[in-house]
Amino acid sequence: MAPLAFLIVLVVVAAWPIAAYNGLIALKNQTLNAFKQIDVQLKRRHDLIPNLVNAVRGAMDFEKSTLEAVIQARNQAVKVNATGPEGIKQISRAENVLSSALQRLMVVVEQYPQLRATGNIGQLQEELTSTENKVAFARQLYNDTATQYNTKQQQFPTSLVAGLAKAQPADLWEIEDQGEKAVPQVDLSLKPKT
Amino acid sequence: MSDEASLNLFQQQEANRRRTVVLVAGFVAFFAWLGFGGDYIYYLFTRDAPRYAYHHAFPWFGIGLSLAAAAIAWYAYRTGPQKVLWSTGAREIVDPRTDKERQLVNVVEEMAIAAGVPRPRIWIVDDPDPNAFATGTDPLHSHVAVTQGVLDLCTRDELQGVVAHELGHVKNLDVRLMTMLAALVGAVALMHDGTSRVLRPGGGSSDERKPSPLVLILLVVWIVSWILAPIIAQLLALGVSRKREYLADAMSAQFTRNPLALASALQKIEGADAPTAHIKRGAAHLCIADPLGRRLTSHDGLFADALATHPPMAKRIAILRGMGYAQLKQDKR
Repeated sequence: MAPLAFLIVLVVVAAWPIAAYNGLIALKNQTLNAFKQIDVQLKRRHDLIPNLVNAVRGAMDFEKSTLEAVIQARNQAVKVNATGPEGIKQISRAENVLSSALQRLMVVVEQYPQLRATGNIGQLQEELTSTENKVAFARQLYNDTATQYNTKQQQFPTSLVAGLAKAQPADLWEIEDQGEKAVPQVDLSLKPKT
Repeated sequence: MSDEASLNLFQQQEANRRRTVVLVAGFVAFFAWLGFGGDYIYYLFTRDAPRYAYHHAFPWFGIGLSLAAAAIAWYAYRTGPQKVLWSTGAREIVDPRTDKERQLVNVVEEMAIAAGVPRPRIWIVDDPDPNAFATGTDPLHSHVAVTQGVLDLCTRDELQGVVAHELGHVKNLDVRLMTMLAALVGAVALMHDGTSRVLRPGGGSSDERKPSPLVLILLVVWIVSWILAPIIAQLLALGVSRKREYLADAMSAQFTRNPLALASALQKIEGADAPTAHIKRGAAHLCIADPLGRRLTSHDGLFADALATHPPMAKRIAILRGMGYAQLKQDKR
């Protein structure tokens, strides 16, 4: 009986690190994949913007500056994105600028009911909302997955094999830019100032 | 969100895989019992028969029924989702034509990103009553269907909540278990209807031999289990889905970070009292809200627990509201 019990203990002792290691690796890859998802959604947004701008350009002669800002922010974001994943800080800043430019455009579209009546602005608005949501949800998924990965590698029993699995805490996607944080105030700024 | 939630998800997936296996094994075992039980009874009946009369020695029924059950289960696994969709008359959205359809496709894409699952195929059921369901065997082969009523009544945020709820079912593999259950319950009902017609004539038992009491008891148990089969299957379908709705609500809140939108969507679904005519009893447990509009669903307690497919709507809404307010408090800090 005793050798059998010993064998069982041995198997458990050997099996646990393997399971913990594999779990960490799985989470690491999930985190990487989630990060790639953000990339995919950002690319999608960059591709969509020229179409969007062309569609509203004719109807929006009077809001040139808003459109210019969107185009500029988009071009900047595309340029920064081409530098690759090293410049994550820069990328996130450029994307945030683009986000707020798009937000402003949406607010402008809301302001002019006659704009919404012309052509397929309603449809474009839906596309724009969806694109912004997709970027946001991709970031949310990344942050959730990364948090899970970070927690796992720092918590006690798993932390023992974290070095073996070459687990490094993953950076969360944060809103650093003040411009992005202040987005809700853009709505206010269009109302008469007090 | 946190580690706890993910652990919960993992456990839920594991539990659903296991339960699907148990369900299929139970299904096959039940038919094996019917078959081999019948064989045994027939064997006992013919044991004392004259020498040249038929002796039932080889368990043909048992082997036949077990194989048939296994084949049915395999067939159900392969075609269950199609059968469920077909039974509701859903049409797939490939090229969205109206604005609402476009919005639905967008919302499903967004929620698939939030849930981290591939985009499911999207279907619309032409029914004015708001309801929604998901089916499939795993996240790679999944379908989300909403009724026209959901599209007409819900705002974009509410639609998001509903779709996220369904993707919650997809992600934690509820769809596999519930679709299998729907398909197998249907199979049992069908076979029961078919074979009870064959069984009823009684076979003109020649009463010159007195069967032993043991044989009689066996026969009674066998017949009773044959009669009860569809009822048991139905009860199984009811019991399996109640707790899942709460969990899928919570997952929806995690994906959208907007539990209040789902709460108000549920309120609208509840408010539209008409039953969802297109969704039949067999697929009722797959839906976000009871499509049959049964009064029972609004009650809590032992009786309702045993017989309703869905938890009381008021309780679900209250829980979601609670999440929403907790979120607001956190944001304020």
